[in-house]
Amino acid sequence: MVITLINGVLLTLMAVVTIGIVRVRNLFAVVILGSIYSFLMASIFMVMDAVDVAMTEASVGAGISTVLMLAALYLTKTEEAPPVHSVALPLFVALVTGAALIYGTLDLPPFGTADTVMHTHLGAKFLADSIPDTTVPNVVTSILADYRGFDTLGETTVIFTAGIGVLMIFKGRSKRRPETESNKSDAA
Amino acid sequence: MKLDLILRVMTKFILPYILVFALYVQFHGDFGPGGGFQAGVIAACMIILYGLIFGLPAAQAIVPQGLVEFLIPLGVLIYAGTGVVGMLLGGNYLEYTYLAHEPSHGHHLGILFVELGVLITVASTMVAFFFAFAGRKRT
Repeated sequence: MVITLINGVLLTLMAVVTIGIVRVRNLFAVVILGSIYSFLMASIFMVMDAVDVAMTEASVGAGISTVLMLAALYLTKTEEAPPVHSVALPLFVALVTGAALIYGTLDLPPFGTADTVMHTHLGAKFLADSIPDTTVPNVVTSILADYRGFDTLGETTVIFTAGIGVLMIFKGRSKRRPETESNKSDAA
Repeated sequence: MKLDLILRVMTKFILPYILVFALYVQFHGDFGPGGGFQAGVIAACMIILYGLIFGLPAAQAIVPQGLVEFLIPLGVLIYAGTGVVGMLLGGNYLEYTYLAHEPSHGHHLGILFVELGVLITVASTMVAFFFAFAGRKRT
């Protein structure tokens, strides 16, 4: 009951923040509202006992993305240009996508149901076997780093690739245009 | 410069706790929530906060650009190397059982190294993003 109430309040706040993001034209305010949205999402993950995801959402979504967005805003204008085309087509796309997503949720089992397929077959097996197999008390860690080691290696490689890509784009620019080379700026 | 006195003092006060929390999330990941990715992002947040308050040159004095570019591939190499070591010691790739005499110790050791690799790559990549964005001048 209390959890339903907390989730209701948080989700309502998220909806309000979303409407704010759509309506506000000052991009600085949009970035800050996006950060608030991420914190609300992290709180919902906390209520759902997904602490790992909540930590990631709070630090990446609300922290680092906001800083990077503000740094990008420093380099551009902070006021959103008025839309040149009619809003009818984007609205139509958003409505159809939203309807498809809601239609997709109709087949999901009710929230918190214990006897669904994912909890009775593989999930139960991992919960039962992970401590005898790996002796690591945290099942999430043993699945991520041990059972699914290849997958996590792939994820790390993705982050590595992203880092190299960003470095190549930014470094390549500064070589061709020497005036942007100095790193003396205290931007952001 | 005078107006951000509170920010500067509070930042200096809070920085060590961010680092300790990152290390806690990293090395307590076997028992509690968290792991290499979360710890890496939190550690990167510490550098980014320092850079935001004290300026990019100060942050780059602590973590030079060259070190960041060295650490990004190093983390992936540690991860992949753990797998190769497991293979050399008689197991499959990324099988931790043979890393120590006792299989359970091997699993602990393997997860420790793998998470360390993730931490290094994630933290240095996030710091590299920040340096790349903050180093740009308005044109």
